[in-house]
Amino acid sequence: MPLQEILLAVLWVGLTAYVLFGGADFGGGVWDLLAGGAERGRPQRSLVEHSIGPVWETNHVWLIFVLVITWTGVPSVFAAIASTLYIPLTLVAMGIIARGAAFAFRKASTEPWQQRLFGATFAFSSLVTPFFLGTVAGAIASGRVPPGIAKGDLVTSWVNPTSLISGALAVGTAAYLAAVYLTRDAERGGRTELAEQFRRRGLIGGAVVGVLSAGGLVVLHADAPRLFTELTTGRGLPLLVLSVVAGVASLALLWWRVYLAVRVTAALAVVGLLWGWGLAQYPELLPGVSLRQAAATDTVLASVLGALALGALLLLPSLWWLYSTFQRGEESPAASE
Amino acid sequence: MSGPVAAAATEADLLAARTQMALSLGWHIVLACLGVAMPALTLLAEWRGHRTGDDHYRLLARRWARAMGVLFAVGAVSGTILSFEMGLLWPGLMGTYGEVIGLPFALEGVAFFIEAIFLGIYLYAWDRLPPVPHMLSGVPIVIAGVASVFFIVSANAWMQQPTGFTAEGGRIVAVEPWRAMFNPATPPQTVHMILAAFMVAGFLVASVYAVAMLRGRRDRYHQVGFLLPFTVAAVLTPVQIGVGDWAAHFVASNQEVKLAAMEGLYPTGRGVPLHLGGVVIDGELRYSLDIPYGLSLLAHWDPNAEVTGLNEVPEQDRPPVNIVHWAFQIMVAIGFALLALGIWLGVYWWRRRELPRTRWFLRASACAGVAAVIALEAGWVVTEVGRQPWIVYQVMRTSEAVNPAPGLVWGFVLLCVVYLVLTVATVYVMRRLARATPVPIAPQERDVTEYKVV
Repeated sequence: MPLQEILLAVLWVGLTAYVLFGGADFGGGVWDLLAGGAERGRPQRSLVEHSIGPVWETNHVWLIFVLVITWTGVPSVFAAIASTLYIPLTLVAMGIIARGAAFAFRKASTEPWQQRLFGATFAFSSLVTPFFLGTVAGAIASGRVPPGIAKGDLVTSWVNPTSLISGALAVGTAAYLAAVYLTRDAERGGRTELAEQFRRRGLIGGAVVGVLSAGGLVVLHADAPRLFTELTTGRGLPLLVLSVVAGVASLALLWWRVYLAVRVTAALAVVGLLWGWGLAQYPELLPGVSLRQAAATDTVLASVLGALALGALLLLPSLWWLYSTFQRGEESPAASE
Repeated sequence: MSGPVAAAATEADLLAARTQMALSLGWHIVLACLGVAMPALTLLAEWRGHRTGDDHYRLLARRWARAMGVLFAVGAVSGTILSFEMGLLWPGLMGTYGEVIGLPFALEGVAFFIEAIFLGIYLYAWDRLPPVPHMLSGVPIVIAGVASVFFIVSANAWMQQPTGFTAEGGRIVAVEPWRAMFNPATPPQTVHMILAAFMVAGFLVASVYAVAMLRGRRDRYHQVGFLLPFTVAAVLTPVQIGVGDWAAHFVASNQEVKLAAMEGLYPTGRGVPLHLGGVVIDGELRYSLDIPYGLSLLAHWDPNAEVTGLNEVPEQDRPPVNIVHWAFQIMVAIGFALLALGIWLGVYWWRRRELPRTRWFLRASACAGVAAVIALEAGWVVTEVGRQPWIVYQVMRTSEAVNPAPGLVWGFVLLCVVYLVLTVATVYVMRRLARATPVPIAPQERDVTEYKVV
């Protein structure tokens, strides 16, 4: 496989990891937002905090990884996307600042009004950040980012049907993944009642994501016909099928309270969607710009991929240690308060 | 495909973009220093606590770890903004040279991953791991942190000394990424920055305890809390001055215009004096104190060496002289003041085994933290403003790199508001953390109630 394709695959792996892990952290914030009043929502909030506390920074690094790989591997594409979509991306940047800082601040504060203020900031930015990220994805998918610097429309490039439904889908997916992960976390902590709450939310979230995805296909049909065709009849079809099957299976597994297995199927549903989009759009990155044209020189690709391969030797065991340390059996977070 | 040559941005947008970058980098750089060096200080305290069984050290480690967790989070997000801004503000730079400087950024990504992973383990697994493995889980944070600085600053060094690529008609045709990363400016710049990180963190943390001691809390806990970070910073200060000299020599030989701006030197000449202070008015440095032959001697080890002045380059190729000149003076002055402070403690300690009795020592130490931050910012201004008007030294102008989309000014205003709120909140939360007694108990930190001190 040529270096360019490997690089693109690595980029997509990074994006997938960000959606599956970082996305779920955003989703945790969304549930935090919807948890209800200070007293009623306390158990849910403390579960969210307990689950994402040790890992959110690691999960967040995937985004930086994606950015760096993009500007290194396909520099002109990065420049085109960043300059045309600078409004939603600036809002994403602000959301990331507000969210990460507020989360850390809430953990460090003791007085209720501070916890409420920081908590609200954390939760609200968890909602808007994935939305704007989704609009960016929609802009690229619908071919609204032309090559060159700031050549696209600064507003309609991301305020359009595909972008808006992508934004909604991003929020929905994040919330759904979080609910699924949290269900298992609550169950492991012996908090059956919390697990039930998140199970219900997972079921609703999953249904909403399903409806949004179907709606997304309708929008794509009208707004980005090329992508639609590839996704429904071309290369992307098997992945789309995978996504739908895994999504339906997830709802069933959630219904039967098989909380560990549903993590896998829920992730697969999202992976199917992401890779389906990627395959359907490949090899064109921007309108009229193929991967081959945009890719950096082979020397750069080889050294970056080599460095990342070596880095992975350090990273994978470390990641494994991190997740296994905090996913092992433990007492419930609420019980220790 | 057309090359990513940008349409012109307005002067106001260019200024907004530059100020936004300066603000976000200037903000992040302080957090980055703390993020790199505080884990080392914390580990040092934990290790001493483990070795000596002294609970004061263990409580210090616990408290610093909490602060470090918050600071690392804020540093991580403010750093992320920078990687966004590389594209939002400077697509002209990234579109063309992104691949040339991509390697160090990719490596930094790996290092940052390691930092975040082990920070999660170190902070949250305190009571899940036995003491020694817990301490060891902190070691990768320190190593990866230092590596991060190296990678990031080497990318910046490339902007000062761009090497390792061949361009034809605005397109990159060949790249040697390792040569770009290990460009000639990398060694002095990276070492200077790594030392700066430890000095800033050391003096800042020490200054917190100096303030407490000034308020009468002179118990062992505060003494230890002062001495450990202060010693680390003070020991590194003379080393830093030596490295600074190396960095200045490098600039003298490789970025003559920057050196001329640092010194406010206009005419080229031999046996050039060193200018202290002074203001540039109408293309001439006035009211400065001159040390004969000083600059020739310092820059080239020869009192009669020739030093290039700003007159050699057209006006549009000169950086803003007053800013660079003053930033340089401030950095050097603070460096020597910190050195004097370290010597003060060192001599006194050597003779009496205690802190100097005068309150002036504590007052000076209380200021040392802020002073170190000012020196850090000033040094960074010298490096970055001194490079203007080039974003890539003598290859690409900053005005060619900026995003030509209208409205950058609004992004800047928005960012100012966000950073203002962020600053207020960070300071507030850190003050609460420093005062909270006993240490607030997080779910993962139950056993902290067992600490006997404070």
